[in-house]
Amino acid sequence: MIEIKNVSKWYGKVQVLAECSTSIKRGEVVVVCGPSGSGKSTLIKAVNALEPFQQGEIVVDGISVADRKTDLPKLRARVGMVFQHFELFPHLSVTENLTLAQVKVLKRRSDEAQARGLKMLERVGLMAHKDKFPGQLSGGQQQRVAIARALSMDPIVMLFDEPTSALDPEMVGEVLDVMMMLAQEGMTMMVVTHEMGFAKKVSHRVIFMDGGRIVEDCTRNEFFDQPDARSERAQQFLAKILGHSIT
Amino acid sequence: MNLDFAFMSWSVVSSFIVKGLIFSVQLTLIAMLGGVVLGTLLALARLSGRKWLVIPAAAYVNTLRSIPLVMVILWFFLLIPMLIGRPMGAELSAIITFTVFEAAYYSEIMRAGIQSVPSGQAQAGYAVGMSYAQCMQLIVLPQAFRNMLPVLLTQTIVLFQDTSLVYAIGAYDLLKGFELAGKSFNRPVETYLLAAVVYFVICFSLSMLVRRLQLKIQIVR
Repeated sequence: MIEIKNVSKWYGKVQVLAECSTSIKRGEVVVVCGPSGSGKSTLIKAVNALEPFQQGEIVVDGISVADRKTDLPKLRARVGMVFQHFELFPHLSVTENLTLAQVKVLKRRSDEAQARGLKMLERVGLMAHKDKFPGQLSGGQQQRVAIARALSMDPIVMLFDEPTSALDPEMVGEVLDVMMMLAQEGMTMMVVTHEMGFAKKVSHRVIFMDGGRIVEDCTRNEFFDQPDARSERAQQFLAKILGHSIT
Repeated sequence: MNLDFAFMSWSVVSSFIVKGLIFSVQLTLIAMLGGVVLGTLLALARLSGRKWLVIPAAAYVNTLRSIPLVMVILWFFLLIPMLIGRPMGAELSAIITFTVFEAAYYSEIMRAGIQSVPSGQAQAGYAVGMSYAQCMQLIVLPQAFRNMLPVLLTQTIVLFQDTSLVYAIGAYDLLKGFELAGKSFNRPVETYLLAAVVYFVICFSLSMLVRRLQLKIQIVR
């Protein structure tokens, strides 16, 4: 579904991605973790061409994202993306947020778009808020609407860029619940997150990045149950982050 | 000083002032609409990151912002006959000049407005498959307009005051109306005073309105 081959990126002289290669199969849930500045957000944004890169290739469902001939809007319409800061459209109501791209990009009829959008809103449990504006919702609710917005487009894969890092702790759970539901339904997901509980529960694979490199790319069990086989950097990271979640 | 307003009557207002007021308002509205549209395009060009758009747009804006309006009005009025071979009416010339000139100012306001919308908003637009044009039209510009509405309207109030500069080319505006009334009744001081009061009342009430609007439209984020 997603093929990442030898991707490198520089900001001026600073290399932010170094020969990253991995692939994500249909129905797979892959968690990308690592310290801040390790390039994980840059990598996930490169997958739907929100971040250009200078070397390598990314192929999504058979289409190369860096190819000049690629119809990027068409490709992105099939790739759902959830941002750290939600990025709902604040001048539009919840329902309009859900239907705008369906109508303007997928050219759906507005009643059709509304039905689809509200069905997704129902799934994230926010039907009661359909006429509100984003500013009237809590962070957790906004993020669930953002997930519903992405799902309304019937994506073939969902990308999550630190979906819970901007949330108050008590709201993290409601967003993770929605993501777990998606994972269990077989949605292909690439998730940049520090939520190791989520990774342990539903991910198939874990990618660990550091300094723009993919340092570890292994199954969930290998990552969590065989720490001795991991790199020193990954061990340090795990010790810190898991140590935190116990306390 | 001996002021006498006795000559002022509805017939004076309707025969001298109304015509001028209509043109001043017309000029303001056309220059505002045209200026905002052209200014928004200039702002988009300056923010495009493409040199061949950025440089001409920046040159346009910086040049016009560095020249006194009255000179632009005069030059345009004098140059056009040379270019097209026949004179252009003062009113039409004023409308074109003001639109072109105000675009430079509106463009700076729109540029700030576009930059006030977080970059994540455009990314979110692209991520759901929107083209650049859709993203601007549906996501970024509506928010930029809303954020900048008070400043845009304040600029329009300044524009309304500046329309009086068309006296330089003899166009019939509000001020000209008062001036002619003053001349025909030999009461120039009185009519200029009245003109000042009318400009003040219009502009002051508009700025009060803008202030109230400003409190109302803060986007809930």
